[in-house]
Amino acid sequence: MKNLIEIRWHGRGGQGAKTASLLLADAAFNTGKFIQGFPEYGPERMGAPITAYNRISDEPIRIHSNIYEPDYVVVVDDTLLDSVDVTAGLKEDGAIVINTTKGKDEIESKLSNYKGAIYTIDARKVSMEALGKYFPNTPMLAAIVKVAGIMEEDQFLEDMKGSFAHKFAKKPEVIEGNMKALELALQEIKKIN
Amino acid sequence: MGIRERLSGNEAAAIAMKQINPDVVAAFPITPSTEIPQYFSTFVSNGAVDTEFVAVESEHSAMSACVGAEAAGARAMTATSANGLSYMWEMIYIASSLRLPIVMSLVNRAVSGPLNIHNDHSDAMGVRDSGWIMLFSENNQEAYDNLIMAHRIAENKDVLLPLMVCQDGFITSHSIENIELIEDDKVKEFVGSYHPEHYLLNDKEPMAIGPLDVQPFLFEHKYQQAEAMRNAKKVILEVAKDFEKMTGRKYSFFEEYRMEDSEIAIVCMNSTAGTTKAVVDDLRNKGIKAGMVKIRMFRPFPAEELAEALGNLKAVAVMDKADSLNGAGGALFEDVASCMYVAKKQVPAVSYVYGIGGRDTTTKDIEEVFSYLQEVANTGNIDNPYRYVGLRK
Repeated sequence: MKNLIEIRWHGRGGQGAKTASLLLADAAFNTGKFIQGFPEYGPERMGAPITAYNRISDEPIRIHSNIYEPDYVVVVDDTLLDSVDVTAGLKEDGAIVINTTKGKDEIESKLSNYKGAIYTIDARKVSMEALGKYFPNTPMLAAIVKVAGIMEEDQFLEDMKGSFAHKFAKKPEVIEGNMKALELALQEIKKIN
Repeated sequence: MGIRERLSGNEAAAIAMKQINPDVVAAFPITPSTEIPQYFSTFVSNGAVDTEFVAVESEHSAMSACVGAEAAGARAMTATSANGLSYMWEMIYIASSLRLPIVMSLVNRAVSGPLNIHNDHSDAMGVRDSGWIMLFSENNQEAYDNLIMAHRIAENKDVLLPLMVCQDGFITSHSIENIELIEDDKVKEFVGSYHPEHYLLNDKEPMAIGPLDVQPFLFEHKYQQAEAMRNAKKVILEVAKDFEKMTGRKYSFFEEYRMEDSEIAIVCMNSTAGTTKAVVDDLRNKGIKAGMVKIRMFRPFPAEELAEALGNLKAVAVMDKADSLNGAGGALFEDVASCMYVAKKQVPAVSYVYGIGGRDTTTKDIEEVFSYLQEVANTGNIDNPYRYVGLRK
């Protein structure tokens, strides 16, 4: 992992991109890193495009601005590929991680200006199988942890068990499903180009 | 040796308040400071503090309740932002003139209108002459540390002034970052218990609070407030010294970043200081002698010390996250320019208004300011001292 990695999340209000960015910050914090996790607050509405950010570093992080040249981009909802310039500023030695069922050709045609690595995952399938409901943020969290090499998979799963126990203290019945979603996502995420 | 944690700025403020465990907290929710009373009320509910939490119906009442509680002899705190502070305005002046050391967490946000919930410093600048001590915080750590130091400063018998700790709304209030917390028992010992000399509930000393103050008296009372503000400087340094002994973290009136031999420098406050430090390092690597001064203590204003720190520069830019709309630069710029003139430090100075209403302030913006400062340093000419950065053309 590089000394500083910067990640930009694109999602829609209600899909949990903000929560995912905070959970990613948590996971990296647990490995001893310096972290930032913050959403860009706009007019908040269910379904409106939202952006969230992470910085992860070995040294204290001082910059307090949004991220314009990310190392990684996570797209939680592939309908955003038609309306938001998700690869804007994305470094070509980084990667984009997209929740989609679309194939290589269709995705590449939508990202015609981008030459870097593309990873995809069907987070709906993973979420339905693990949780019986559609919460794309948990699979996407696992996907970016793996793609960006933020931490070892075993350690990630162990840490997340603790984070979920805290986050879902009032509904412990969903912890197992969320853990399963992480495990499945680690297997399902694939590089397509 | 501290507790390694990750918290948002609002969480950090709420945790500080939990550790301080004041007698009274009175607050009304307003974005982006809402989470502070929200988290604090859960501490009240689960018994982590024994504070009397007053869920008032407005900010005017929040500050009124704090005034009443402090006058009675209790330690009172509150939190607010933007229009919440505007609505408190009348009571803000009452609090300072009654010499009540109330502590407020102010999460800075643009004052309407037009309506905007995002960060700038127009709320804080609106009360800069109200007689409150004002400390600004670069990040969650400083927002927390400043609150831990607040009561020791405000309640000192040579000071007795209310104090607000500012941090940037959303930018730090809603960003999760690393922080080092202090153990509960150490905070308790550091802050100490509150023993006011004069208070309403003291039946040995009946007194009236807030009577009419006519021509023979008000001037002297205002002078005493100003004297208390001058006294606060010494106390702020003493408390910072004790705090450094406890935590190793050093605080003063302002932070000088790479200023030793600097030729050009930016003066700014709150989260922009962090972004500026990163740019200063980049410029230094290129051999450009850039520096930064981050104002922590905006009220009282460190006039002599700041003039000394900036006096040998070839050019300085003062960045204001609020436009005074007077056609002549922001409030911090006016203060800096004035203190340098009085100290006979003739340094070319420019005002930059930036970041209004949550406009993101990037390293590129800071580079643009330094680039202009280089031009001024080289030529000695300023084509327009009242400038903007990040404004769409």
